Amino acid sequence: MLQVDKDTFEAEVLQAEGYVVCDYYGDGCVPCEALMPHMEKLAETYGDRMKFVSLNTSKARRLAIGQKVLGLPTIVLYKDGEKVKELVKEDATASAVEAMIVEHL
Amino acid sequence: MEKVYDIVIVGAGPAGLAAGLYAGRSKLATLIVEKEQEGGQIGQTSEIDNYPGSIEGESGPSLVKRFADQAWRFGAEKVSDTVVDMELEGDTKKIVGESGTYLGKTVILAGGAVPQKINCPGEEEFTGKGVSYCATCDAAFFEGFEVFVVGGGDAAVEEAMHLTKFARKVTIIHRRDELRAVKAIQEKAFKIDNLEFMWNSVVKELSGDGLLSRMVVEDTKTGEQREVLADEDDGLFGVFVFIGFKPNTAILDGKLPLENGYVRTDDDMKTSIPGVFAAGDIRVKSLRQVVTAAADGAIAATQAGKYIEEHNM
Repeated sequence: MLQVDKDTFEAEVLQAEGYVVCDYYGDGCVPCEALMPHMEKLAETYGDRMKFVSLNTSKARRLAIGQKVLGLPTIVLYKDGEKVKELVKEDATASAVEAMIVEHL
Repeated sequence: MEKVYDIVIVGAGPAGLAAGLYAGRSKLATLIVEKEQEGGQIGQTSEIDNYPGSIEGESGPSLVKRFADQAWRFGAEKVSDTVVDMELEGDTKKIVGESGTYLGKTVILAGGAVPQKINCPGEEEFTGKGVSYCATCDAAFFEGFEVFVVGGGDAAVEEAMHLTKFARKVTIIHRRDELRAVKAIQEKAFKIDNLEFMWNSVVKELSGDGLLSRMVVEDTKTGEQREVLADEDDGLFGVFVFIGFKPNTAILDGKLPLENGYVRTDDDMKTSIPGVFAAGDIRVKSLRQVVTAAADGAIAATQAGKYIEEHNM
């Protein structure tokens, strides 16, 4: 999974063509930590058909708020830079994320 | 013919995983049904200091991973599914999930509890958009912003104090005119400059344009409602909710006698239905901790094994 930051987010996510899955996480966010290995696994499985990136919001707070992300973990699916779907907090389970990916393959 | 497990365990928190470990180790065919990652509530906990034998500074997910690995090592199986119905009467119990039905000679209910919600309009829509139940997850977003904390118990006041390190101002919204938190915590809280209180108040509505920026608060004495708006430069505020927990027993309603939503058992974790046991936070009990959940799980699995033996199943 590609790690993006406030300098590369624009090019890697908003300017990217096609689908991008972005994992918004943060330092000290325990549920994010629990979800992360599942996201890595999904990136391995579907990474050839969809782009996967992760963003540490602790170092990009304004950017996250700009994307209307104010709670963690949040998994957002973008298409051509537009938000298509997002899964927030307790809805962001490994199975729900996979279902969202499969639906848009 | 579908497989009938000796024990079907619903929930993979400490109670369910401990039950899985004991059942697996007794060579009982055991299935754990869990809708999310293993761990339940401790999957959200940053530090577990009071579980005997836990490593210093250990996180919830790290502790629960060892719980889980141990259960799988002794042969317990796991399926990811959300349980939507249960048929608990009779010799073969049916646990109905979204993607399959699981049969068991016995069932251990270990579905745990989740943070209680305010249950007001806008709450769900603005979860993760200003509304939070997890300070360790979301506090950092509110650096320099205004935050409200709903609740008056130990957890609410401690989290409010923690949030004052990030937020410009924190206001505790409490339905009564005094806190329920223990005196020592209260004394600390009253000394903090940017911690304020809104007494006799409940949140009735949450709204905003994409992010939370408006709420309606009602005075519990006069019934008067007033609007709270985000500072114009901020454009948003946070609402953190700490008003206790709610057991995951909605689908058990009408199937088992519940007490304030919790399942009543005897000392052997038996419910009123033969072959159906309950363990962990889902039960009526006086102390809801990892250590008591694990103990419940061990007892439930042992009793389930006994039940199978006694009924020559």
